[in-house]
Amino acid sequence: MAIALTAEGSPPASRRSRRRRPALPVLLVAPAVILLLLFTFAPAVYAFVLSLLKNHVSGGLLGTSNEQVFAGIENYIATLTDSEFWGSLGRMLLVAAVGVPTVLILATVFALCLDANRARLTGFSRLAIFLPYAVPGVIASLLWGFLYLPATSPIGGQFVDYFGNTTIFFAVANVAVWGVLGFNMVVLYTALKSIPRELFDAAQIDGASELQLALRIKLPMIAPAMTMVALFSVIGALQLFNEPTTLKPLTNAISSTWVPLMRVYTDSFVNNDIYGGAASAFTLLVMTVGVTVLVNVVGTRLSNRSSR
Amino acid sequence: MTAIATPRTASAAGRPTGFRRRPNLIPTIILLVGAVYCQVPVLWILIASTKSNGELFSTPPLVPSFDGSFWSNMTGILSYNHGIWLRWALNTVLYAGGGGALSTLIAASAGYALGKYTFRGSRFVFRTIVAAVLLPRSCGRRTQYLLLAPIGLTNTYWSVLLPQLVSPFAIYLCKIYAEASVPDELMEAARIDGATEWRIFHSIGLRLMGPALITVFLIQFIAVWNNFLLPFVMLTDNDLYPLTLGMYGMIMPTGGQPNQFSLVIAGVFLSIIPLAAIFLSLQRFWKIDLISGGVKL
Repeated sequence: MAIALTAEGSPPASRRSRRRRPALPVLLVAPAVILLLLFTFAPAVYAFVLSLLKNHVSGGLLGTSNEQVFAGIENYIATLTDSEFWGSLGRMLLVAAVGVPTVLILATVFALCLDANRARLTGFSRLAIFLPYAVPGVIASLLWGFLYLPATSPIGGQFVDYFGNTTIFFAVANVAVWGVLGFNMVVLYTALKSIPRELFDAAQIDGASELQLALRIKLPMIAPAMTMVALFSVIGALQLFNEPTTLKPLTNAISSTWVPLMRVYTDSFVNNDIYGGAASAFTLLVMTVGVTVLVNVVGTRLSNRSSR
Repeated sequence: MTAIATPRTASAAGRPTGFRRRPNLIPTIILLVGAVYCQVPVLWILIASTKSNGELFSTPPLVPSFDGSFWSNMTGILSYNHGIWLRWALNTVLYAGGGGALSTLIAASAGYALGKYTFRGSRFVFRTIVAAVLLPRSCGRRTQYLLLAPIGLTNTYWSVLLPQLVSPFAIYLCKIYAEASVPDELMEAARIDGATEWRIFHSIGLRLMGPALITVFLIQFIAVWNNFLLPFVMLTDNDLYPLTLGMYGMIMPTGGQPNQFSLVIAGVFLSIIPLAAIFLSLQRFWKIDLISGGVKL
């Protein structure tokens, strides 16, 4: 930063010649910055602009013509007063309410078990639990879809309706949990590995049991990593799309607007309402950023309190 | 891992001091239950791939069939629609492998520059990237499509490759790792010896960052392979589909009569096997501490 500041003013000539600023770092950052501007920030700005426009159809005797006109917050009002928008948001929250705590709890329990003294076959179990991470959501949904279908189910699909009104939320959450559990477990396990071992020895000399060790010492120490796992899971849930979309052909329980992102897709591509779609997408974006900030703040509070 | 653990358990049980090394049963059992949960679908696909369509619905789900349907399923999916499955597989390698490698390179150079140099605007760029990590990218897909449409990029390989070339998360990881693994003293010593900045980057920086770059590549590979929405939105031409989109199309109600199930199952089976093999062979290169280490900052 100091270099940057002197560069903005007129730096003494001696200083400039002593330390010539290389051009390389700027060249190295350039591709990333350009791509980021083109494919992440520009689309976000464009979405915002589109969300403020609408199609104006002017009819005449010689046919109709379309033109884009400014709509103000009309599209946002339409989105926010649409019961289907809140419906899709509610369904997504239900899946998240099932899935996020499950991922967090199971990943933590498995990580603590991997780290426990004298646990056996940990190499095998760790790999077996991690492997689904390499299976893309669409393939995972196909896999589980067949497991849910009454005709092919090996897990009692003939007796339990996995696509029922309530069970569907668990069915979708299960596919997502299956896919991300192992990755989060390894993240937490690595965090556990970085705790100094002397701490455990001291506790065990004081007579702490394995369980006490896990709950009283290890758990608080990995609280920041758990916050991150929670954050990533929440962001993942907000972007839920692959699993319900792939399960949709197998059941009538999933509509084409089942979760918000599916609704954005249907609006934009099936109904060809890009302006409404952009408004929903932008509303969703603002909500996601809000939730992200919230989880971060709450997580930091919690981990500060527990480390005190 | 298992091969090492098993004999040790056996010999420990035989020794009188075995009491201290007695396996801790509860965590072992919990982990095995987790392993079973995670492997049941894979096991089922293994069994289902040995069945013909009729057997799929008429025989018990967990009993494999040995009448040679396995081979007819495999040849069935490989020759489906003039061998389009292999085309999808090659596309996937291009998208996930090529895209993953390119995006790792872009992230590595940006991370190295941000981690090892201070230049005008470097802090601003880094803060923007941290913000972008948290910005959910899927929300912008539809508009990316609209932006690419006028320049004729939709329904091309580029339309799926380009938007995924830059990953703020990968840049963030590379920056953290460059700071930790490339010592200033080494760069200074190379400068005194007359090395150019470029030379320092590719023969010191990239080399020291190597282990992290493999992890970043694997994360990027999975991210592209897992991204369904982008190709779903961008591509209309069957020949450009990745595996995920292609097989999704096969179960769609229009073409997805139950008679295609055994083909889709064979396709799923064939796409999981190489992936598992890649992961098992690259297992020791995984450096997840890179990610959990990122929490501290």
